[in-house]
Amino acid sequence: MSLFRVQGFEFRIYRKNYFGFSHYSSLTPSYSIDRKMAKIFCDIKKCTGCKTCELACAIEHSKSKDLFKALLEDELPQSRITTEAILIDNLSMSVACQHCENASCVDACISGAMYKDKKSGETKCDLDKCVVCWMCIMVCPFGVISRGKKTSLKCDLCPDRKDYACVATCPTKALYGGSREEFKEKLK
Amino acid sequence: MAKKITGNKASDAMIERAAKEKITTVWDRFMAQCPQCGFGQLGLCCTVCNMGPCRIDPYGKGPQLGTCGADADIISSRNMVRSVAVGAASHADHARDLAHTLLLVGEGKARDYTIRNPEKLRRIAREYGIDVSAKDNIQVAKELGQEMLAEFGQQEGEPTFPKRAPKRQQDIWHKLNIFPRGVDREVTETLCRTHEGMDNDYQNLIRSAMKVSLADGWVGSMIATEVSDILFGAPYPIRSKVNLGVLKKDEVNILIHGHEPTLSDQIVSAAQDKEMVEFAKKFGAKGITVAGICCTANENLVRRGVPVAGNFLQQELAILTGAVEAMVVDIQCIMPGTAQVAKNFHTKVISTSSKARFMEVEHVEFKEEKAGEIAREIVKKAIENFPNRDKKRVEIPEESLDLVAGFTVENIFHHLGGRFRSSYRPLNDNIINGRIRGIAGVVGCDNPKNQSGASHTQMVKELIKHDVLVVQTGCSAIACARDGLLVPEAAAKYAGKGLQEVCAAVGIPPVLHSGACVDNSRVLIACCEILKEGGLGEGIDDLPVAGAAPEWMSEKAMAIGWYFVASGVLVVFGSPMRVLGSKNVTKHITEDIEKIVGGKWAFEDNPIKAAHIMIEHMDKKRAALKLKPVMYETEEKITV
Repeated sequence: MSLFRVQGFEFRIYRKNYFGFSHYSSLTPSYSIDRKMAKIFCDIKKCTGCKTCELACAIEHSKSKDLFKALLEDELPQSRITTEAILIDNLSMSVACQHCENASCVDACISGAMYKDKKSGETKCDLDKCVVCWMCIMVCPFGVISRGKKTSLKCDLCPDRKDYACVATCPTKALYGGSREEFKEKLK
Repeated sequence: MAKKITGNKASDAMIERAAKEKITTVWDRFMAQCPQCGFGQLGLCCTVCNMGPCRIDPYGKGPQLGTCGADADIISSRNMVRSVAVGAASHADHARDLAHTLLLVGEGKARDYTIRNPEKLRRIAREYGIDVSAKDNIQVAKELGQEMLAEFGQQEGEPTFPKRAPKRQQDIWHKLNIFPRGVDREVTETLCRTHEGMDNDYQNLIRSAMKVSLADGWVGSMIATEVSDILFGAPYPIRSKVNLGVLKKDEVNILIHGHEPTLSDQIVSAAQDKEMVEFAKKFGAKGITVAGICCTANENLVRRGVPVAGNFLQQELAILTGAVEAMVVDIQCIMPGTAQVAKNFHTKVISTSSKARFMEVEHVEFKEEKAGEIAREIVKKAIENFPNRDKKRVEIPEESLDLVAGFTVENIFHHLGGRFRSSYRPLNDNIINGRIRGIAGVVGCDNPKNQSGASHTQMVKELIKHDVLVVQTGCSAIACARDGLLVPEAAAKYAGKGLQEVCAAVGIPPVLHSGACVDNSRVLIACCEILKEGGLGEGIDDLPVAGAAPEWMSEKAMAIGWYFVASGVLVVFGSPMRVLGSKNVTKHITEDIEKIVGGKWAFEDNPIKAAHIMIEHMDKKRAALKLKPVMYETEEKITV
């Protein structure tokens, strides 16, 4: 269980990490973000845990960008967003990279693949430099980096499209892509 | 809404009107649903038991097993099999109602119906082993009705109609143990197999899908077709009109919508009644127009020449003309949205089946015993509603086209060989000598997911261009009729040279409309007749034939597709069946199954490409039969 704040709420998050056992993180995330920066937010009151965002993310990161055709690709596409069940009130929530200001993945990266984009404040992974040591996965307080075949996989805010695949497909409009202020405004 | 949403002027005008008046139609609702759930589209969501709902991650990272341990193969095939059972059940229940009506006629309880086709009644009765000598038609109808109804609940043995199938198909079905025993038993057994922790072998589940679909195609649907022919008359080529333009500005417009001909036939009669026409004139109308939607339209079109207002997707658009007094609906394919659209106009939607009711919709329960009385009551209600019509809001599109419909297994004999030597020989000869490449059945619904009807026309044009004779049923036929393909003149315009010669000699359109969606069984019988005539192989899987439903949407379409595959025909669906999430199931039904039953599935969204899949298949079958090459081979290569 890890305890942390999202949008002013406190939640215990139970998750399984990708090594197959329950992952109890005692890390307190350094949760402060650049206010201008865009990222994916989730309105937990609306999230039904349908995992459509995961599917859309995987499709967006496939070669064909098509649900059916992606199945035929040699390397199956992977999602970079995860839907977590939150045990309080049976809520669920979709979590992607939070693009932390003091990102622990950037600190932990031994090859310098993980870096902060100074302009946008986005946390990025230079796929050419990644040496698949999985340090970023170990330290990520949100558990939103996963193992790809040749690199770590994390939310790249859909560089190939103007909006975000997960936000566009969310059937309950729980997801929102934008700055924290905009999201707060939307919640009102 | 975009202006050219369907490519059909009448429909687009009405869609535009809906947008202007902020009335939501099926296209708005479809857009609101997009993007649709990927798990659902791949068939990977299982809601069978309450340990779930479970989902399988198609891309391999997430869970690969449901809570019970079911993998993608089991979940997707189980979902599909359930749908096939529902489709078969729908046709079967339609057929049961008709067989019941036949029995009531025999018992003298349904006095408003007569046996319009006694010749067929006696022929079918003989097929059922009933001694018809020294019995009058009414007595025969009673006995046949009883025999047919018994086949629904039959537990053991074999129903009558599947024995019409070629011996090879019957042998395959026996070998695989998929020869249907009765209708209800197969539906129940199939559903029982899909309970949690029952049939966990996807190949066995698929065999079950074939079994239940055969019970649909060769028993349920076939009974529905044959009894409709007995009670309401055999279809005969008949000229009529199609599209929203058939509605009349100064007349009472009644739409009949759904699938069963029982009530709608009576409504057509009632509306022609002089007394009723006089009654309408009292209310300021010049007369009464009855037009059809969906398969009720087809049933009445092929028998009585009733004009067709539109197909499945046009049901809301017909109401949007503002000129419809009543829409009488029976069963199946009646969108709940239609009743909501009707609230914006004076139109009364009247439900008539206890099996298909709507909230806040007037219900007049249909009883076969009082059919005529109920039909007159409904027509009266429509007439009384005429003064409520807001004349300023009437906007009827002008578009309406001619069509010729009503080609069946029986009457095609006459067209092919003339009255004196009616036979299938000319058809077989023309397939053998290569004037006709093969026969394609293009059937099914129309779907906003595809091109809202336009795929049918594109596919059919491509097929007839390549000398393929096309047989159509259901909403697909209406879609092609709207584009003027169902008239003999279409042959000169669109058909390849070989097919043109045949059409000109015989005087038929290149596209034959043979009825409603239950009438797909006619296509099966036609295949048997062609085989009987000889020269084209031993089984249906030898014939150069293929089927397609480019815009399928209903579960009935899945049942129809499966009974064609199980009978040895290649079936091409526009959007894939919801099984692509499982590689094994997909491979099994699109490849391996051909070695088992002779037919197989193909999924292709592009109608032109889909047409070429069918053409290639026909060429392969022609080569296997060592037939002459197609006489006028078009050199063009597919460019799409």
